[in-house]
Amino acid sequence: MTAPLIEGRDLVLSFGNERVLDQVSLAIRPGEIITLIGPNGAGKSTLVKTLLGLQKADSGEVIRKRGLTIGYVPQKLAIDQVLPMTVKRFLTLTRSASRADCEAVLDQVGAGHVIDSQMSELSGGENQRVMLARTLLLRPDLLVLDEPTQGVDVSGQAELYRLIDDIRRELDCAVLMISHDLHLVMAKTDQVVCFNRHVCCHGQPETVRQHPEYRSLFGSREADAIGIYHHQHDHEHDLSGHVVGGCGHDHAHEHSHDHAHALDTTAKEAAGTN
Amino acid sequence: MLDDFLFRAVLGGVLLAVVCGPFGAFIVWRRMAFFGDMLAHTALLGVTLGLLIGLDIRIGMIVTCLVAALLLAFGQRQSKIGNDTVLGMLAHSTLALGVVALTFVEGVAIDLTAYLFGDILAVNTTDILLLAIGGTFALGVLTWMWRPLLALTVSPEIAAAECIPVERLRLIFMLLMALVIGMAIKIVGVLLITALLIIPAASARFFARTPEQMAIGAAFFGVASVLAGISMSWHIDTPAGPSIVISTAAIFILSAGVAPLVRKLTSRA
Repeated sequence: MTAPLIEGRDLVLSFGNERVLDQVSLAIRPGEIITLIGPNGAGKSTLVKTLLGLQKADSGEVIRKRGLTIGYVPQKLAIDQVLPMTVKRFLTLTRSASRADCEAVLDQVGAGHVIDSQMSELSGGENQRVMLARTLLLRPDLLVLDEPTQGVDVSGQAELYRLIDDIRRELDCAVLMISHDLHLVMAKTDQVVCFNRHVCCHGQPETVRQHPEYRSLFGSREADAIGIYHHQHDHEHDLSGHVVGGCGHDHAHEHSHDHAHALDTTAKEAAGTN
Repeated sequence: MLDDFLFRAVLGGVLLAVVCGPFGAFIVWRRMAFFGDMLAHTALLGVTLGLLIGLDIRIGMIVTCLVAALLLAFGQRQSKIGNDTVLGMLAHSTLALGVVALTFVEGVAIDLTAYLFGDILAVNTTDILLLAIGGTFALGVLTWMWRPLLALTVSPEIAAAECIPVERLRLIFMLLMALVIGMAIKIVGVLLITALLIIPAASARFFARTPEQMAIGAAFFGVASVLAGISMSWHIDTPAGPSIVISTAAIFILSAGVAPLVRKLTSRA
């Protein structure tokens, strides 16, 4: 097995008397897509911050591959109004890039028109697209996304996840994604780590979904809802909520595939509980 | 020309305003106005220490500011006492200590108001030399760490994830700030230095679209305020330091009024 890009070993962290990380070990290898799920307050962001070196653990160690480039998309980045910042300038926040390069990545995420806007003028969806465009410029080995679709409406979320998937394919990078719900994440992910201050269970999406610890954290109804979700739209919205055309036959086909799959598992589970 | 006190005052003031521009922008962005204030307060202790141990007062002020910045950085590592409380404690206890210790300095008549409000008209050639060297150094280091420092101001998370040494940069910035404030006190004084840092930067905010524009704009407005303040002092015989601060405030009010018109004109074009 290839060496991990980044690895946390036996991380322990307490805030006061409250233990937020309890013997957590997690490794991300090249090309892997890991989704970290868990309820609110489970310490997901803290774990990621510890892995990134922003929060020091009380014990345990973080091993980062030498020369590793990480592209980080924070949960919500509201740039303070006291700081004037155009989108173009934000894209070159940590590394310089030509205007042409900036235009290219913005076009790629469908936000070419905002290049000269102020960051504070962007909508939630545009903001997240700009964040993703910035990581495209960095060409990271590892993309870390902390609830990347917060504050974006449901159909906008689906589109963002599709975009993240495209980006991952283009960059051929590993992905660590935090999410508090699994709805749209499951299908695209290699490994799900279910986390609530410690690693409750991990494995492929299907395995985790049926794991008792996962079901007790999220409730059975919630757990079963996954996968069926894709069906609730017959059209798509762009990030500002406008309806755009569906993408044709292929897409429809994918839907029916999901459908069959979801029904299949629900049926199985229903049979299991009876 | 350096013989002329007015010329020295203008030169010293302009040098200082140019340095204060970009630093002031960072103070505004990082919401550190109180930090600047606190550092300035401790400088009075530097004056006293300088007099007591026979050190140059300017060096005394710069050194106390640097030490205070280090203490503060150390104080911020704990979370039992809030940062603003640590700042307030340091500022006022050192100020009090400075004033009390002053009574032990024998035989020297100290003009306290010169330190509280500055005495730009008394700037001498050594002051200017110190400002030129220290200012160039401070601006040079700031330029060198501009991009990472700005990244960490926007988001410490992004900065840390992308291997920017967050803690080290914060500390370097605080030390540079201490150096700038230590140098500035002679010109505008302990009580007014923060104004020269933040008001021109706040005025520049109205017109800037990028951080760099705001930093340069702040330097520009600072220089304008120094020139206006000194000429006000010259013509109607007002104290120079406070006159400079009044000018920064006037420019701010003017900017706030003019900015919407400028925006309207540029959006129409």
